[in-house]
Amino acid sequence: MITATGVCKSFGEHRVLDEVELEVAEGRIFALLGPNGAGKTTMVRILSTLIAPDAGQIRVAGHDLSTDPHAIRGVIGVTGQFSAVDNLLTGAENLRLMTDLRHLGRRAGAQRVRELLERFDLSGAADKPLSTYSGGMRRRLDLAMTLVGNPRLIFLDEPTTGLDPRSRRTMWQIIGELVADGVTIFLTTQYLDEADQLADRIAVLDHGRIVAEGTPAELKRRIPGGHIVLRFADPAPLHEAATLLDITPPPGEQLTLQVPGDGSLGSLRQLIERLDDAQVEVEDLSIHTPDLDDVFFAVTGRSTTADPALEEVVQR
Amino acid sequence: MSALAYTFSDSRTMLRRNLKHQLRYPSVTVMLVAMPIVFLLLFVYVFGGQLGAGLGSHPAGHSDRGAYLTYVVPGILIMTVASAALGTALSVAMDMTEGIIDRFRTMAIARGAVLTGHVIGSLIQTLIGLAIVLAVALGLGYRSSASALDWLGAVGLLALFAFALIWLSAALGLAAKSVETASNTPLFLTLLPLFSSGFVPTATMPDGLRQFAEYQPFTPVTQTVRGLLSGSSTSGHALAAVAWSVGIALVCYLWSVRLYDRRRATDPK
Repeated sequence: MITATGVCKSFGEHRVLDEVELEVAEGRIFALLGPNGAGKTTMVRILSTLIAPDAGQIRVAGHDLSTDPHAIRGVIGVTGQFSAVDNLLTGAENLRLMTDLRHLGRRAGAQRVRELLERFDLSGAADKPLSTYSGGMRRRLDLAMTLVGNPRLIFLDEPTTGLDPRSRRTMWQIIGELVADGVTIFLTTQYLDEADQLADRIAVLDHGRIVAEGTPAELKRRIPGGHIVLRFADPAPLHEAATLLDITPPPGEQLTLQVPGDGSLGSLRQLIERLDDAQVEVEDLSIHTPDLDDVFFAVTGRSTTADPALEEVVQR
Repeated sequence: MSALAYTFSDSRTMLRRNLKHQLRYPSVTVMLVAMPIVFLLLFVYVFGGQLGAGLGSHPAGHSDRGAYLTYVVPGILIMTVASAALGTALSVAMDMTEGIIDRFRTMAIARGAVLTGHVIGSLIQTLIGLAIVLAVALGLGYRSSASALDWLGAVGLLALFAFALIWLSAALGLAAKSVETASNTPLFLTLLPLFSSGFVPTATMPDGLRQFAEYQPFTPVTQTVRGLLSGSSTSGHALAAVAWSVGIALVCYLWSVRLYDRRRATDPK
């Protein structure tokens, strides 16, 4: 559905996208995962014909982006990070605007508006001005407007940012239904669980570069497995344990040691026995199973503890 | 449907959108029409007696104030056109800051439909404003001996000039970085009628200002409308009025389209 190679984009001195390459299969959910400022929105704006890349070849739905953007606009739908609704109109009028611009005709248009209002649970607020809409309602109307023309490819730029947990689940459910209908979804998110939950394929974008790409399972496999975290009261037992288990101790004053292992009962028992035999005092032990957080931090080379600022950005 | 039919249909959809905005939020329209009415009342009732006396001889049965009313109405109509054009910059700039414009740009919509909707919407707003202002003038006792054809010519020229100023205002709205800027930059349009033959004959102005007043576009348009409405000759002003209008419209149309396309190309938001 999308093939992009060597996509570059700079704003002034600032290089936002650097040789980005990606491939999105038809009928699947593709997630572009990355922290704020990684270049996700810029990528969506390029793929959805809003801005031109500085370099690179892009084909969307069989059309060349540089020569035939109009054809691409006919088959895509975009729901951006900032709600793309007309705040001076009512919900129904917003949808009607879309059916008119898609040239659905009077009767088919009215029918489609009713359908979408129903489906997105907006019938009750159809004739109310948007100033009375909640954030979740706006986001639903926004997506409903995108669906008016039955797009085959939908770009969702951070569709759940700023939504409460319930609206977020509703949005996930809607995305699932769309894919069941054969629509291809290009999703950007900074929520790792969201990509894990929804996507068939994930590309991790960091500082304008794709640093990892694959299925959620493949990405998790890139982490050699889970690990067990041992915490010590003081450095002496930590160094004893490190020597015993043949692990390089962490630099500085840190009193924790990461032991590779999948956290299975057998490996755990073995580890405890070895520590007991050597009479090493362990203050605390926790098991860490691999998730996308590990993948993200493994491929970007930054750990949560090393960079609390980044951690905050990613969690937000 | 052909490309032309799509252009027509999309422009009509955008026009409907703009008219709905105007209907739902009439305060802007009211403000834009109120300004020339305030000027009309101010100039006729406060300054009118004195200014009318300064106009020299006038037909029997006309008071000084009545004569000045006849003189100033074309100027007020031009001011209505200028005032209504302010709204275009505002509505265009507001649109550009909203997310909906990005949605339009990712849809297969006829090129130019968004701007066309704004411009035609403003033109309709202007014509309604002219009708209201003219009704007030008639209520104050304004009478014209003009024939239906003269009226048609006057309204036609006012509409053409409005079209030009609206494109100018649309370009200023697109060029503005914020809605606040967009509401300020076209304000000079409402000052220009004061420095033209709209309110007093240019001959009474000091050198420098007089030349400016005589050669700026508002004067030939005012003189032509005044000529048509009073049944006197338009004495060569008509050609200049039409030329100015067409010229401004053309340049500002091209400028607007360029600005609209360029905002798409670089806006990093």
